[in-house]
Amino acid sequence: MDENGRSIPAESDEEHGATTLTRRGLLTGAALAAGAAISARAAKAVGAQAAPDPTKVPGARPQVVGSRSPHETPEKLISGSIGGVTRTPHHELHGILTPADLHFERHHHGIPQIDPASYRLLIHGMVDRPMLFTLDELKRFPQVSRLHFLECSGNGGAAYRVDPPTDISPQAMDGLLSTSEWSGVSLATLFEEVGAHPDATWFLAEGSDAAVMSRSIPMEKAWDDAMIAYGQNGEAIRPEQGYPARLLLPGWEGNASVKWVRRLELSDRPFMFRDETSRYTDPLPDGRARIFSFVMDAKSIITHPTYPTRLEDPGFVEISGYAWTGRGVIERVDVSIDGGATWEAAELQEPVLPKCTTRFRHAWEWDGEPAHLMSRAVDETGYVQPTAAQVRDVRGPGTRYHYNSIRGWRIAADGTIGFAAS
Amino acid sequence: MKPGEESRRRRTGAGLIDGLAALAIAPILGGLGCAPATDGAAAAPPSPPTQAGERAPSAESAPDGRMYGFGTAATAADIAAFDIDIGPDGAGLPPGQGSVEEGLAIYEAKCIACHGATGSEGPWDRLAPRLPADEFPFAEDPSARSTVGNYWPYATTLFDYTRRAMPFEFPGSLTDDEVYALVAAMLYMNDLVPADAIMDSAAVTNIVMPARDRFVEDDRAGGPEVR
Repeated sequence: MDENGRSIPAESDEEHGATTLTRRGLLTGAALAAGAAISARAAKAVGAQAAPDPTKVPGARPQVVGSRSPHETPEKLISGSIGGVTRTPHHELHGILTPADLHFERHHHGIPQIDPASYRLLIHGMVDRPMLFTLDELKRFPQVSRLHFLECSGNGGAAYRVDPPTDISPQAMDGLLSTSEWSGVSLATLFEEVGAHPDATWFLAEGSDAAVMSRSIPMEKAWDDAMIAYGQNGEAIRPEQGYPARLLLPGWEGNASVKWVRRLELSDRPFMFRDETSRYTDPLPDGRARIFSFVMDAKSIITHPTYPTRLEDPGFVEISGYAWTGRGVIERVDVSIDGGATWEAAELQEPVLPKCTTRFRHAWEWDGEPAHLMSRAVDETGYVQPTAAQVRDVRGPGTRYHYNSIRGWRIAADGTIGFAAS
Repeated sequence: MKPGEESRRRRTGAGLIDGLAALAIAPILGGLGCAPATDGAAAAPPSPPTQAGERAPSAESAPDGRMYGFGTAATAADIAAFDIDIGPDGAGLPPGQGSVEEGLAIYEAKCIACHGATGSEGPWDRLAPRLPADEFPFAEDPSARSTVGNYWPYATTLFDYTRRAMPFEFPGSLTDDEVYALVAAMLYMNDLVPADAIMDSAAVTNIVMPARDRFVEDDRAGGPEVR
């Protein structure tokens, strides 16, 4: 299965490594079971060594770098090899922030190793002063820090299939979504510094990975909220997230936020790169295809309760998940327990930030009867997260990106849970 | 008024449309609506610090109008070392040429394992074939395979991508002549050029790909309508 959720390993035209896992391998049941086994082993090992009463023995010494409890082993779900796809374990996280080492990955030719001392960002083209900036020089500019989601526009393709799998976790389904606090320099600051020409309308962003990943970005985004980020959740960006610096385009499809960015070239027209023409465009039923469809529309997913969890007994269940939109803030999240027949507004947990995930919660008393959970996000523009049928109506069954339709989870009387699309 | 503010206001208008007007697809992209910021207030970048004691613009540190004075001027050689992009108008295409025959030989040696004997077998990206009547069935038919011949709008992109990222195990290792030859071979596989074709910068620029006019603006804009 690739980033679009299509199970096509043998006949795939997707990129190297993105498809080498079969669907079965991705259905995190097996992965979760393995994780649980590791966790249990670790717990046993610790239990064997630890004193029975931690109040009666000295505790462990501090370390220069902390580590997770050996009882906690959240893991990304890897598919492919050098092409690079890993998914965030949503069902094991709380709040809205993704730990940096669990942030999803999608790269096109592996993770480059870059020496920060030799790193340079070149800005040229339609500018008064072509300039080179070292990493230290980028850090001298006024800093901005903001919380934003990043989502691959191919995230959730499996939900769009006419017959989606039921034994799939939110990690396997929608794991190409993560949220971080990003720190860096506003691109507007850098473009002012080099004297961007008033008639420059696009800029090229190019990475220094083996794919020399490239996209064309409208200048409006630079003047709005784009940044060159070198920090993630308080530390330097991780290598797999673009170390030492990446482009960050809040609310836009992740592919355009070019990692390991080495060059920005200002121009008066887009460049029509491979990854903005043959990929990351959206075929339409009228025989045309949307190009430069950057914005991620409103979407929500329930992260608990979901497969592979099983509800043990009737009683209180907190339904919880994320909602996000690339067009501003989440206005409301509705939750249904009857497959969309009736909806109730969920509680939105602060902070509710623009172009960032918002955590929602909904108190529910499970009566032990079959139920069909759904969530539906509404953003500040009045856009309502559509059903899969609504999307299919306007974009056709073959559309390839922007799979933001309503997701559902069927709960059986025995408490088992399976994915059930809208 | 801060340095650059006036020009900033001018460029917050219909820049996307202006940019696309230079291309053949401009008639289709009537008004590209991916959030051009027409509101000057919304589009203005954050104000740089100008108060006393902060890093204010200084004639001493930035004699050429720079706000902060960090970084070094890029020389022509600095730029040339990285400036590899090819535009849809052919800008950036280097001297050189290659034939279909030369391209097929290189293809057999360096490409066939990933893309198959005729470019349509895989296991990785399908390069061919073109569809019989240049149909574009992708939205309605999830099993339809996009290829160079039925989906890529510009032949210039073939040169750009092949030179920057291929072959997969040795990216960036092809000479410009080899890339021209491979572009010729890929176009030949899609019945877009004859067997004796030779590609150079003018020829690549002048190729009109079957899907060239298929691409339209993103008309999603929020609000209640699903698009």
